[in-house]
Amino acid sequence: MQLTSRAKRVSNKKLSLGERLYLPAIVGGLGITIKHFFRKKVTINYPEEQRPMSSVYRGLHVLKRDEEGRERCTACGLCAVACPAEAISMVAAERKPGEEHLYREEKYAAVYEINMLRCIFCGLCEEACPKSAIYLQSDKLAPSFFDRSDVIYGKDRLVQSMETIKTAKSLKSGLTTSDRYVDKVFKDGKY
Amino acid sequence: MVLNLFYFLSFLAILSAIMVVVSKNPIHSVLYLILTFFTLSGHYFTLNAQFIGVVNLIVYAGAIMVLFLFTIMFLNLKDDAFTGSRVWFNLSAVLLVLVFAGILVVKIIPAQIGVASEMEFNSQIGMVENLGTTLFQHFLVPFELVSVLFLSAMVGAVMLGRREKGEKNF
Amino acid sequence: MDVYFFLAKAVIILLIFGITLLIATYSTYAERKVAAFIQDRLGPNRAGPWGLLQPIADAGKMFFKEDFIPANASKWLFIAGPSLAMLTACLTSCVIPFGGTLDLSFLGISELVPVQGIDVNIGILYVFGLVSLGVYGVMIGGWASNNKFSLLGAIRAASQNISYELAMSLSIIAIIMMTGSLSISQIVADQDSFYKWNVWRQPVGFIIFLVCAFAECNRTPFDLPECETELIGGYHTEYSSMKLGFYLFAEYINMFVSSAVISALYFGGYHFPGESLVAGLMPAGALGHNLLTLMGILVFFGKILFFIFFFMWVRWTIARFRYDQLMNLGWKSLIPLSIANILVTGVIILFLNS
Repeated sequence: MQLTSRAKRVSNKKLSLGERLYLPAIVGGLGITIKHFFRKKVTINYPEEQRPMSSVYRGLHVLKRDEEGRERCTACGLCAVACPAEAISMVAAERKPGEEHLYREEKYAAVYEINMLRCIFCGLCEEACPKSAIYLQSDKLAPSFFDRSDVIYGKDRLVQSMETIKTAKSLKSGLTTSDRYVDKVFKDGKY
Repeated sequence: MVLNLFYFLSFLAILSAIMVVVSKNPIHSVLYLILTFFTLSGHYFTLNAQFIGVVNLIVYAGAIMVLFLFTIMFLNLKDDAFTGSRVWFNLSAVLLVLVFAGILVVKIIPAQIGVASEMEFNSQIGMVENLGTTLFQHFLVPFELVSVLFLSAMVGAVMLGRREKGEKNF
Repeated sequence: MDVYFFLAKAVIILLIFGITLLIATYSTYAERKVAAFIQDRLGPNRAGPWGLLQPIADAGKMFFKEDFIPANASKWLFIAGPSLAMLTACLTSCVIPFGGTLDLSFLGISELVPVQGIDVNIGILYVFGLVSLGVYGVMIGGWASNNKFSLLGAIRAASQNISYELAMSLSIIAIIMMTGSLSISQIVADQDSFYKWNVWRQPVGFIIFLVCAFAECNRTPFDLPECETELIGGYHTEYSSMKLGFYLFAEYINMFVSSAVISALYFGGYHFPGESLVAGLMPAGALGHNLLTLMGILVFFGKILFFIFFFMWVRWTIARFRYDQLMNLGWKSLIPLSIANILVTGVIILFLNS
């Protein structure tokens, strides 16, 4: 009875004299290994060379600022709701007069924390965000940690630094992962 | 120099031979026996009999004693393994030693021990070529008989070790 | 025979010893590099340029590890095991002729100094004697560890070495019959032109000897004594620190010596094709003679290095034999084959001489 079409029939025929000598087979094997000896090596010497990362890679989060350096996040909580791992928590606060250069809307996140042990880097938070405030960077990995208190990333480590606003104002960095994916598909012409 | 070496080797040989008998652990006994063979080979070398010395090392120290060690390692020799009567064991040992000593006294001591004369002495007598010439010219028949004896012993061992027909256990 | 002759000899012996250790050290590095290259990797490349300081780093690591002796181990034998392995491995290289003779007449030495530790007329038997003693290091170490895995490894090593020693010495007998001498330098001198290399005259003997050399060195595909998958580490399961280092190092020295013996017995030793042509081009006198000898030494080391590479190449190609396969190969194939080889060689010699 044939259960699967992928079954292979095994031959149990007696070995011929040439096969029982082993030596031809061993010489064949040596030929294969010496071919690999001269082949191009696949190793990447990590700290010196780095593998190019995909443009749709979902890496470390960043809380974006707008062109004038104001925080975009309004602490609406949609990202926390969207998060399947419940990694995001925040505390909202009202913007005081004189803080207009710091926060874009009247409401902002006084505390914004992502637990990197919980986060599964699915990118649903950036899909959910109505203010284009949170992104998963394609060129930065969440670093390893040696202490549990290092795991919870607060605003001090999430908010985009002021320098990068001046240097990188490209549209690319303001795209969500799925936008970047569409971009890539069009560029590669594979759709 | 050579005389000192001779005394040193002889001392070591006798000491290790005594230790073979004295030591409690059979593995240690075997190791002392190997040391004895080494000192004997040393004696052969001082006699300029390199071939016999090396063959002694290869055959006795290298092969036979490895098998001894091999077998003894398999045995689980504990103190309580010996269940027979101590008295009878000691008595038979003494008897055996006496018989052996008797043979020594009666047969070997009165025998004429050859004296080497410096005129006839040939320092090359122990070399491979001379040994081969002697073996294959003067002692050809006994030599071949011994090799036939070895062959029959080997065939016998193979017969004993052969698997019986239908026997499945490895 | 004067003092200078002995001095020159002493220098040669020291050099041979040092080179043996150096090559064995760098064999560990080469092993890792070859393994990596065959598996499409790069291998050690962090310690020094191209990782060349890796063996030193390894040795440093070995030295500073905890030197542990199990509680119920037989202490003295536990120490004696690796020492014996190292001792027998180091003793072997002294009878191998690494080159022809050196003309040191400018130092006042009237005789030609052979580049060889000692030229005994039973050289090949000396090598066999030491090879057969080499198993004691493994056996004693394995037994003294008081561990079942070590004991099994030791016993495997013992039976494997005895089995393959037989075929090895039988395959050599054919060469001894052709040369008529047990001295390695004589055997090398006999292969002074390319077509006289023993590998052409004794191809079957060469293959038998090669297989047996692998088995005697406990190298893959015959590394059953250490066999990680079944016996953890075999005889060196309980060993740590430099004692383990000695066992591993002894294996590489044995590999070097086996390669040297193979190249001396079957590949013409320090002879190379076109030697007489080169000899004609050399300046006359001591200088030309020494230059030719030096070239011979270089060629010999080239052959040795090739065989060391071959040992590694095979190791990273072939899987380990099963134990019954090992014994079948040794007793049912190699020994009858080598006896048949002796018979055929004898018949041919008889025909050629009559």
